[in-house]
Amino acid sequence: MRELRVLSPTAILGYGFPMESFEEGMKRKPHVIAVDAGSTDPGPYYLGAGISFTDESAVKRDLTIMIKAARENNIPVIVGTAGGSGGEPHLQGVVDIVKSIGQENNLEFKMAIIHAEIEKEYVINKLLDGKVKPLHPVPELTLEELEKTERIVGQMGLEPIVKALDEGAEVIIAGRAYDPTVFAALAVKEGFDEGLALHMGKILECASIAATPGSGSDCMFGYLSDEDFRLEPLNPIRKCTTLSVAAHTLYEKTNPYVLPGPGGILDLQETKFYQETDNIVKVTGSKFKPSKVYTVKLEGTKKVGYRTVSIAGTRDSIMISQIDAIIQEVRDRVQDNFKDADYKYHLDFKVYGRDGVMGSLEPNKEITSHEIGIVIEAVADTQKIANTICSFARSTMLHYGYDGRISTAGNLAFPYSPSDFKAGEVYEFSIYHIVEVDDPYELFKIEYVNVK
Amino acid sequence: MKTKLKDIAEVIRSKNAGPYELTFDIIFKDWDTYQTACDKKIINEEIIAKLYHIPVEDVINIIEFKPAKAIKATIVRPMASGELGETDVYGAQQHAPLVDLEVEL
Repeated sequence: MRELRVLSPTAILGYGFPMESFEEGMKRKPHVIAVDAGSTDPGPYYLGAGISFTDESAVKRDLTIMIKAARENNIPVIVGTAGGSGGEPHLQGVVDIVKSIGQENNLEFKMAIIHAEIEKEYVINKLLDGKVKPLHPVPELTLEELEKTERIVGQMGLEPIVKALDEGAEVIIAGRAYDPTVFAALAVKEGFDEGLALHMGKILECASIAATPGSGSDCMFGYLSDEDFRLEPLNPIRKCTTLSVAAHTLYEKTNPYVLPGPGGILDLQETKFYQETDNIVKVTGSKFKPSKVYTVKLEGTKKVGYRTVSIAGTRDSIMISQIDAIIQEVRDRVQDNFKDADYKYHLDFKVYGRDGVMGSLEPNKEITSHEIGIVIEAVADTQKIANTICSFARSTMLHYGYDGRISTAGNLAFPYSPSDFKAGEVYEFSIYHIVEVDDPYELFKIEYVNVK
Repeated sequence: MKTKLKDIAEVIRSKNAGPYELTFDIIFKDWDTYQTACDKKIINEEIIAKLYHIPVEDVINIIEFKPAKAIKATIVRPMASGELGETDVYGAQQHAPLVDLEVEL
């Protein structure tokens, strides 16, 4: 029976992998090396600011090893969601790294660059046509939110990547892509079952996280046939078990039986997991069901201001017992002091040791510790106003004469000087919607560069 | 028999399912307990709503996923990942109330 083999070196490009594991993978003669490079998980900042959450040197290290091995074996390398968020600056950053790898190692190859950043104008027209829908529980998209949005990306499906392979690309750097696509594209091009290929991709995208013990920085190998796929970790300390692989199918998903993606859903209701050897798991029964209308998920973030934070702690039991009242009084003092300045700001106090981790979801609001941590945060339209508000709240809290105070020298312990940190631009998600498209290639322009 | 979830589960975790949802996975230690837990519906919409002080409508679903001996619950995030006031961008530390949840098996 025919087989298509895929090497997934690491969960996120730049997270690294042991060379021994990678070499074990190359011994198994993969047909493609693929890696996912991003996620919305680190929050809205990176998409909006055009910055990667992975480090350039670490990305270059991983890619150099992958591209050199792939050129020696004449197989493609496919990177999805380049630069962490897959927008234009993210994509360009990775393309520059790939070019320098080619030059420094005397390698020649055809590189496809698949763009995924979407013009605002396009989304406005689609919205006016009623072709933009929220994904529950996201609110409806409004023109006002769109106007504020800094950057929008679309999550590409398999089709643009398959096209780049068809057109002879040897290295594919894709912008925002549905995570499993980079692992499944070659298989789908060769006519393998889309459901099995995508489900295999869904597990390979996190590399060895699906093994036990799990790791996001170790390699995983996938073998796809016409009837099933198998997964094998490449480090002898790890095993794939039916439980570790099945449990990964649950990960970060609302419903593990029905996984929506571009152009359809991955239906896992008849999926079965078998322990084939001590460390290999076989999976059968996963199906892809195309939807009537092809939809693409859009992600966008808007800038909401600039942030300054101050980190402090208190060890005084009298202060701790009155912390809520003190915070309220500090808030009131800040508001009163700048009432003529008409500043718009968000001022927040996170109380670690009470509900700093869970916020409104915290069921136990009682403070039982002898010390608490307080993070004072100000967000405002300019960095200067954020600095002003944070600084004033910090100094007010430091010297606040609360009821029953006997420690009159100061209320807060600061671990650092300066005590306040300018954290820069703050973004929030503004778009997480699906758009109906006329064809799967519509949003994703492919450009080719001969690297030498 | 009353027992704590942490004594019968191998994994209890929380994570974002996209920036607008939080999802909880409970993977049980053995098949018998898992089956009983499913039969008795020890994890249900009301329990999750009560545990997190949220309206029942904000519990999106409870799903039994047999291949992983798992029960999964997903809720609407109290605020989107990264929104002003956010405390857990990845949503990875919201599982805590489940760890000490007392259940009747």
